[in-house]
Amino acid sequence: MNIPLSHVLAVAAALFVIGGAMAAARRSILMILIGVEFMLTAGSLAFVGAALAWGNVSGQAAVIIVMGLASAEAALGLALLVHGRRSGGTVDADSYARLGGDA
Amino acid sequence: MTALGALFYLLAAVLLGAAILTATRRNPVHAVCCAVVVFLAVGGLFAVLGAPLPGVLMVVVYAGAIMVLFLFIIMLLGLPAGDGPLPAGRLLVPGILGAATLLALFVLIGADPAAQTLLPAAQASPAAVGTLLFDTYWLAVEAVSILLFAALAAALLLGRGRPGPGQPATGGRGA
Repeated sequence: MNIPLSHVLAVAAALFVIGGAMAAARRSILMILIGVEFMLTAGSLAFVGAALAWGNVSGQAAVIIVMGLASAEAALGLALLVHGRRSGGTVDADSYARLGGDA
Repeated sequence: MTALGALFYLLAAVLLGAAILTATRRNPVHAVCCAVVVFLAVGGLFAVLGAPLPGVLMVVVYAGAIMVLFLFIIMLLGLPAGDGPLPAGRLLVPGILGAATLLALFVLIGADPAAQTLLPAAQASPAAVGTLLFDTYWLAVEAVSILLFAALAAALLLGRGRPGPGQPATGGRGA
C-alpha cells in the first residue's frame, strides 16, 4: 500500500490538534462538543493505523469501545446544553459564571 | 503509488480541509455539515486501513446518529446563526498553540523508527473483531453498556426540566 505508519499518525495528530484548537477557540458549547468529538476520532484513527501496522485486531476493538464512549459523551453533553439553555437562556460557555458571584 | 495509497491521501486531504472548515464556520448548521464530511472521510480511511467494521460503524454512528442529534439540537434551540468565517483574532492564539503542538508531534512521529514501516494491505474480518470484542474484552463492553445506560438516565433527568414548587417531580412537560 506504500503508506508508512507515520503518515497515518500525522493525519491523526493534525485532526486532534484541529479539534483541540476548535474547542479552545469557539464559545458555543455545541462547537466545543464537536471539537471534542474530533479529538476522540483522531485517537480512533491512530488505533486503526496501529492495528494494521502490528497485525493485531485489538486496536479495532478499542475503536468500537471509544465509539461507545463518544456517543455517551455526545448524548450527555447535548442534554446538558439543552438544560443550560433552558435555565440560563444561552449556549455561550463564557456566560456560565454563576458560581463567580456577580453574574 | 497504488490505488489504495492514492485513496488514503485523497481522503486525508478531504478530512483535514473539512475539519478546518468546521472549526472556522460561524453558522452552526454549516459547521455540522462540514463535520459530517469529516466523519464520512474518517470512515473511508478506516476502510482503506483494513478496518471495514469500524468504518461502517463510523458512518452509521457518527455521521448518521451523532451528527443528526447535533442538527436536531440546533434546530430545537434555534441557535444564533452567524455568517462566514470566524474573525482571525479569535483564532490567533489557539492557532499558534496548535501549530506549535503539531510541530512537536510531527518531530516525535518522524523520530520514531517503528513508525517508518510500510503498512501491509490487509483486511480484518468483522467476525474476527466481534469475536475478540465479546471474548477477550467482554468486561469493557459491559462497562460501556452501563455507561450508555447512565448517560441515557442522566439525559432523561436533565431534559425533563425543573418541576414547579407544587408539582410532583414526574411529568413530561419542561418548566
